[in-house]
Amino acid sequence: MGSRPDSAEGVYLDDAVQIAAKILVVGHFAVGKTTFIGTMSEIPPLRTEEQMTQAGAHVDDLAGVRGKTTTTVAMDFGRITLSSKLVLYLFGTPGQERFVQVWEDMTRGALGALILVDPERLKESFPVIDLVEQYGLPYAISVNHFDDTPVRPDSELREALDLLPETPIVTCDARDQKSSADALIALVRYLQTRTDRSTT
Amino acid sequence: MNTPGEPEELSADLVRPYVITNGRGLPDNDQFNLITLVTTSDLPRPSQLDPEKRAVLDLCSGGLLSVAEIAGHMKLPIGIVKVLLSDLSADGFLVVRAPVPPAQLVDVSLLQEVLNGLQARFG
Repeated sequence: MGSRPDSAEGVYLDDAVQIAAKILVVGHFAVGKTTFIGTMSEIPPLRTEEQMTQAGAHVDDLAGVRGKTTTTVAMDFGRITLSSKLVLYLFGTPGQERFVQVWEDMTRGALGALILVDPERLKESFPVIDLVEQYGLPYAISVNHFDDTPVRPDSELREALDLLPETPIVTCDARDQKSSADALIALVRYLQTRTDRSTT
Repeated sequence: MNTPGEPEELSADLVRPYVITNGRGLPDNDQFNLITLVTTSDLPRPSQLDPEKRAVLDLCSGGLLSVAEIAGHMKLPIGIVKVLLSDLSADGFLVVRAPVPPAQLVDVSLLQEVLNGLQARFG
């Protein structure tokens, strides 16, 4: 177990920071979440792992322990100091397991979610979009653009993913900081429009 | 998978966190979430302290960190870290910066500050 990190340089927040905000970066397996968080984070991305015990199908089994499986659910996150008093954390979980505790922890207090999608594997995004909607988080879709992927028109994506007309769709390259920042900016702008609407 | 009657194999990974918290689960009052910011107080620490709590105080004495970062640096599950922090905070060893109240999450000024920050840094 570590005590202090190897180098204290840049590990800690500025003492003046008062407010921490959180945005989720989610999506299906291998869509680029960890890359995105690593690209944007000012600290080397960190990971926590939770051991989840999942009851199997045979809950009435006399042996009790039979059918229980233990799974490790990881959460990756990074940090961006946005001003002298404000810090933004980006959280992502690889995979889309419906582990309630992890999703409750991640979504509680989050401003919104950026859902990364691979245009070639749209169906794999359905469960994660369902989860984000289930937790009532506003979201934007970010199409992680790989070099060889053809660009699909937004209208096609909107229909395939069954999105609301106002849900933003942006294209980003998770390896590129400017491009990834633009995706976050698009999400925050969208969150602002929702606020405007709810207060008028 | 175990066969009936055979004792369940005890995995060190599973047992150890449970031992660290003396078998307690999460505190009911959820004082700490992933982005609650924490640092040490000026209170001198006692000579007798669990090694894990000592390690938390060592880490936090360097400055301000979120609960998630503490868990990440210590390579401990979030749930365990929350229990340790809860104890240390109750004993006055930590200063906790409360997270943004839910009402302010849709606050126009907070979103504007996030936007300004992103644009200033990456624009």
